[in-house]
Amino acid sequence: MRNLIFFIYKYHVFFMFFLLEVLAFVILYRYNNYQKASFLNYTGAIANNFYTGVSNTKDYFNLRRVNDSLQLENARLRTQLLTSYYQNNISLNSINDTVYKQQYTYLTARVVNNSVTKRKNYITLNRGRLHGIEEKMAVISETGVVGIVNHVSDHYCTVLSVLNSDCRISAKLQKNGAFGALMWDGNNPRIAQLKDVNKHVPVRINDMIVTSNFSPIFPEGIPIGKIYYHTLDAGDNFHTIDVEMFTDFTTVSTVYIIKNVFKQEQESLESLLIEERNKK
Amino acid sequence: MILDFFSYLLRFILIILLQVLVVDNIDISTKVNPYIYIGFILLLPVTIKPWFALVLAFLCGATMDTFSKTPGMHIAATLLLAYLRIHYLRFSTTKEDIESRIRPSISKKGVVWFVFYAFIMTFIHHTLLFYLEIYGFQEFFNTLLRILLSTLVTVLMIVVGQLLFYNVKTRNE
Repeated sequence: MRNLIFFIYKYHVFFMFFLLEVLAFVILYRYNNYQKASFLNYTGAIANNFYTGVSNTKDYFNLRRVNDSLQLENARLRTQLLTSYYQNNISLNSINDTVYKQQYTYLTARVVNNSVTKRKNYITLNRGRLHGIEEKMAVISETGVVGIVNHVSDHYCTVLSVLNSDCRISAKLQKNGAFGALMWDGNNPRIAQLKDVNKHVPVRINDMIVTSNFSPIFPEGIPIGKIYYHTLDAGDNFHTIDVEMFTDFTTVSTVYIIKNVFKQEQESLESLLIEERNKK
Repeated sequence: MILDFFSYLLRFILIILLQVLVVDNIDISTKVNPYIYIGFILLLPVTIKPWFALVLAFLCGATMDTFSKTPGMHIAATLLLAYLRIHYLRFSTTKEDIESRIRPSISKKGVVWFVFYAFIMTFIHHTLLFYLEIYGFQEFFNTLLRILLSTLVTVLMIVVGQLLFYNVKTRNE
């Protein structure tokens, strides 16, 4: 027994290193799965409060640029208003509209923290559970797609940015509807990759890429970017496409979070399919 | 002792703030992610108790994990750094160094010694950290390139930082 204690004392530095390292790896293995929110909820609150203060200061320097882009967006939205259309019908009857039903609602949010140079980049927003934010909501900026909400606390949420190796967004070519998956290879924060576009689809530089209608997260047709470069290797079944994104992730400061009102309905319907399959 | 404690605390807070507020916001390239906060561990005095160095490394890593929203990666890498540093210093310091309780810095040990020491330690730290971040060896050579470039920039920043801040102090001594 005394020898054991002496042994432990003699190598106490190594044992201590070993124990702490094991602790670090336990934390790593338990929480590395990006769906497990709890670790970020514990430690996130401290960091988030800190970053809010920093971003409050930084926002002053961006005001002019943000104003410009908001003005542009306002102009675009005004042109879509009903009042900017010529009324062609003669009788104007107000009826209860059963043809159009609101499917997506938009909520503004401010970027509290952001990174673009890491391999897995996250964005923190100042909206959380208390504002009705849930996991897997879409996030877009004035110019295009930004990412998907992945963790929510009471006052904040973190967003899996497009610039994250775990992020996949269902996209399509605007001109012919051919679809693919948008991912990021970790090199250039302006350029993302569009995978799985079949080789018979004609693609050209500057073709618009938008979100597809398959995803229960994003509304159809949100702009993502335009084709910057493409090749088709001999014997390859899919195009290699680089997409220049419209959103400048290095300066993004105000975003919209999109809630799909019908998402639960779609998911509960689709879960019936899974149940059926499991029974068979 | 209490003075020592506050001196550590002040250095700790300063270097973490520098990392989180300044260095993390320098978008050089996706290949370069410098982590200068390890300078805090590198510049601990030679005579610091090994267990205390490990505790400081753990706290340092945990703080960085909190800010960068990573689970345990910085803790694991910084602990390894602090542990290997103990052994490295045992072989590369002289008796006088230990008796005069120096910090392993440029002004005490010379530029060549320090750059070599900082490079090896930083490289070990970054290697573990970056492969843990990728969580596997899928992009082995791309990650190796990122590690090398980031290590160079980290060492450069730590050396420049020392020339800026430490020289004034040693001249007065």
